[in-house]
Amino acid sequence: MRVGLLAVQGAFRDHLSHLEALGASYRLVVSAHDLAGCDRLIIPGGESTVMSKFLRAYNLVGPLKDRLAMGMPVWGICAGAIALASSVDGKKGLLAALDMSVERNAYGRQLASRAVRLSIPILGRTGFEAIFIRAPRITRWSRKVSVEARLEQDPVFVLQKRVMATTFHPELTSEHVFHRFFLNL
Amino acid sequence: MYREKVNKGLAQMFKNGVIMDVTGPQQAKIAEDAGACAVMALERVPADIRSQGGVARMSDPALIEKIMAAVSIPVMAKIRIGHFMEARILEAVGVDFIDESEVLTPADPFGHVSKYDFKVPFVCGARDLGEALRRINEGAAMIRTKGEAGTGNIVEAVRHMRTMNRQIEALASMEEKQLLQTAQNYEVPPELVTRVRELGRLPVVNFAAGGVATPADAALMMALGADGVFVGSGIFKSENPARMAEAIVEAVINYKDPDRLAGISAGLGRAMPGLEIEGLVTNMAQRGI
Repeated sequence: MRVGLLAVQGAFRDHLSHLEALGASYRLVVSAHDLAGCDRLIIPGGESTVMSKFLRAYNLVGPLKDRLAMGMPVWGICAGAIALASSVDGKKGLLAALDMSVERNAYGRQLASRAVRLSIPILGRTGFEAIFIRAPRITRWSRKVSVEARLEQDPVFVLQKRVMATTFHPELTSEHVFHRFFLNL
Repeated sequence: MYREKVNKGLAQMFKNGVIMDVTGPQQAKIAEDAGACAVMALERVPADIRSQGGVARMSDPALIEKIMAAVSIPVMAKIRIGHFMEARILEAVGVDFIDESEVLTPADPFGHVSKYDFKVPFVCGARDLGEALRRINEGAAMIRTKGEAGTGNIVEAVRHMRTMNRQIEALASMEEKQLLQTAQNYEVPPELVTRVRELGRLPVVNFAAGGVATPADAALMMALGADGVFVGSGIFKSENPARMAEAIVEAVINYKDPDRLAGISAGLGRAMPGLEIEGLVTNMAQRGI
């Protein structure tokens, strides 16, 4: 199995230690050609404006949508969750693979960023350290989307078939539970 | 108070990105549209601070707030070295990151801000590993090379990055006793030096800064191991800022691909005018140790 790491901008290298520990090979993805060589894809945390600009500029939107339609597992983290949402700040989302609306930076600027303990039943975990960094807020979601973790009332880990999104950053912790889950998705 | 994980984490999100100096909301918007992952809000770019002289201070909070309102990406702002009150003010303004910067005139001749006392993250400049570790030990969430700001001359940034790389490499072959001695020389706890040896790199994100003027400069610094690039005067002192900004962002993404770099570098117009280091009246990199 080969995991693609969208390598346009952001924290994609932070996934390497997790993937290596789980014995998965990887490929950095900056073109449709790179994407074709991958079985699944992680859209990492970073700046969503930069990512969407270059997903478009490097003609990745179409090929990515095609692969999503064929059922390729994709995990979007923070900015990646924004890329996957069907609606962003009231406008149409880029990949529209998750039937949900998100609001960027809805919790505030960096001073509102925080680490909290979450319960995540589907991973059999309580007290998972979730690091939220200028996180987007999931404000609406349809019945197609299952909510697997919440922060207060807001969904922060969602799943729709083989597409998942976290508005926090499991790659910044030393635990592999999210990566293991994604590799088995 | 100190929020190590979320603050070091924000720096991780900047990686493989470009942070651009902007002096107003319009420039901020140009930077955001060009693909900047953050902007640095300031009244004068380093090239102008250098040519105009005088004491350079924290920018007007009203200007910083206008820039914060103009873009959705993170906004950084600079304080003078050791000026913890400017830091308190910028924290109250709500900036996303503070740059305790040698580009401004230092305020404290004895030391830097104790960054553990703040909720907001700090980035600091360094010329070598010892300087970088002293800043990290004070609570910096991110490091950048000092380079020589406002010169459009990459030589000092290369010097600082290569020096750090060499010093990190040297740790690998050291015996325990030498490591302790090195930590003592650097004036940091031995655990920090040991950590760098284990990681083979700094334990925080390390950007290149100070002299980046072209896509080739940005790609060079990435190839030398920088996690990303700050561009100060290099964008808005060039002939065509919007194109230069986008080209530098693309150079960071494609730094391993010379064919693409050739296309990215073509037809950008004049880069900012450059300065020789020998002729400088002020050497900013020597401020703060």
